Amino acid sequence: MSYKEQWFGNIRADILSGIVVALALIPEAIAFSIIAGVDPMVGLYASFSIAVIISFVGGRPAMISAATGAMALAMVTLVRDHGLDYLLAATILTGVLQVIFGFLKIARFMKFIPRAVMIGFVNSLAILIFMAQVPFIFGINLITYVFVGVTLAIVYILPRFFTAIPAPLIAIFVLSAIVMYTGIDMQNVGSLGTINQSLPTFFIPDVPFNFETLQIIFPTALALSIIGLLESLLTASILDDATETDSDKNQEARGQGIANFVTGFFGGMAGCAMIGQSGINVQSGGRGRLSTFTAGVVLIFLIIVLGNWVVQIPMPVLAGIMVMVCIGTFNWGSFKYMATAPKSDAVVMLLTVVVVVYTHDLSKGVLAGVLLSAILFAAKISKVEVRNKGLNAEASNVYTVHGQLFFASSQDFVSAFDAIEPADRIIIDFSDATVWDDSGVGAIDRVMGRLQPKVGSIEITGLNPSSEKLVNTLAAYADSGKKAGQH
Amino acid sequence: MYKKILVAADGSDHSKRAVQEAVKMAKANPGANVTLLYVIDYEKARNEILQSQGPDGLHLERRKHLQPLEEICRSAGVHFETKILHGAPGPTIVKHANETGYDAVFIGSRGLNALQEMVLGSVSHKVAKRVQAPVIIVK
Repeated sequence: MSYKEQWFGNIRADILSGIVVALALIPEAIAFSIIAGVDPMVGLYASFSIAVIISFVGGRPAMISAATGAMALAMVTLVRDHGLDYLLAATILTGVLQVIFGFLKIARFMKFIPRAVMIGFVNSLAILIFMAQVPFIFGINLITYVFVGVTLAIVYILPRFFTAIPAPLIAIFVLSAIVMYTGIDMQNVGSLGTINQSLPTFFIPDVPFNFETLQIIFPTALALSIIGLLESLLTASILDDATETDSDKNQEARGQGIANFVTGFFGGMAGCAMIGQSGINVQSGGRGRLSTFTAGVVLIFLIIVLGNWVVQIPMPVLAGIMVMVCIGTFNWGSFKYMATAPKSDAVVMLLTVVVVVYTHDLSKGVLAGVLLSAILFAAKISKVEVRNKGLNAEASNVYTVHGQLFFASSQDFVSAFDAIEPADRIIIDFSDATVWDDSGVGAIDRVMGRLQPKVGSIEITGLNPSSEKLVNTLAAYADSGKKAGQH
Repeated sequence: MYKKILVAADGSDHSKRAVQEAVKMAKANPGANVTLLYVIDYEKARNEILQSQGPDGLHLERRKHLQPLEEICRSAGVHFETKILHGAPGPTIVKHANETGYDAVFIGSRGLNALQEMVLGSVSHKVAKRVQAPVIIVK
């Protein structure tokens, strides 16, 4: 599909779905701003700016990118300790890092992230967003519970009968009206920040341009860039499948970077693709870049027009909508997955969740999960087995080696020959084994060294060409041992 | 005569029974062809991608759902083809059925109670209402 077709191939449906997404985005952008500890405008400007920019430079048409929960959670500490300007600087740096990752073709590294880690990622994201809602739901008063309950009832039951307007919006509208009409005393968006009814403007974040600033913002920016790319590339894969079209993942990575870079200069927080909103877009018929563009433009238009009303949204309603987002984000198949998947996968998934919930940092959880699964994988394939096949026709004692011979398995390989009986002739058959590295070759060498005093001749057979090359170039036994075998 | 038979299948036990009933009909109608339709909605695509490693893992996961259904057709010696479509199950099945024009459509009922049906909606009900061909809901 040409770039022009990606824009104008589906005009009517793209505009309609873009409007639906804009409506659904507003509560989330505000809620994620509150999670991050910044003014609602920071998330709203970010959502506008990221959506509009990514519609031009992204690699996955119809994907919705904006301010997200995953990103908001990663910036909490920076905002609390250093304030908004450092967040904006970090957002710009996040953009730079993501553009670099994009040029380094980061997308191909996605396949090294095990599915167990990705499941842990979305589950811990859901748990953290839920935890962020707890102060707005529990222990306030009875009417708060009632409002949360009614919100949940509306968002889950209403769509069965009526889908033209997103149910969360109806919940917001009806319940805000009730609060305003009855004068119930309740925390609302206005009590947590202000809404500016204006377009974002360009400014350079007020931070000193020195090494100290870089030290403050770099860890956050790195975490943000990893989390953002992870969620964006995951969302892109889902959209590829759901729309049966392909996308350019590296272009998407660069696009995310450009969007964040620019957004930082317009007072917006770093964002990334949103699985849920992209789903709303695709299910509403959005297929082209125009849908993402429309979502961003309509969002800012609505804020400029309706800003006075947005501050009236009661917090229990927003919290209720966020609970819905959590329920939708959580991978409920995980429980079945934990029962059916290999134990090691289940452990990796749990570790990812535990680390994230403990550190409140998704990137640390992903790192821990990837490391553990790499270790478990190495442990799994490092089982090398030596079997004695007895005497062959030429009265040689044949040993067959099975598995992968490398640094993690070389010890087992050597000790397998500890109890070997002295014999005239021994054949070690490597047909079912591969030698991967110096340690593997060293292990063969050591075995040869130990056996030679006890054994008349040792022959090594069945090495595949690459293993043989490695052994021939590295092994010390090659001169004496090989000759011994040729007697 | 029922020549073109559609089964909307999701790999559940209900859809397995629907395939069994469709096979019965196909055997009674020489030359009949059964289409196994597997619809993947966004939520399902999300979960399947999350739980499978890369495109090959995803392919295998989906084959696992369809394989038992294909086996029912194969062992009965019925002509069949498999089709995978993306979208919301109800409307996608209806659209495909009406555009292609089948002689009969089989679908498994999930057997929901009244409350579940109100909250989750019933795909089989939608299909029965909107597909032009005769629809057989298999319990």
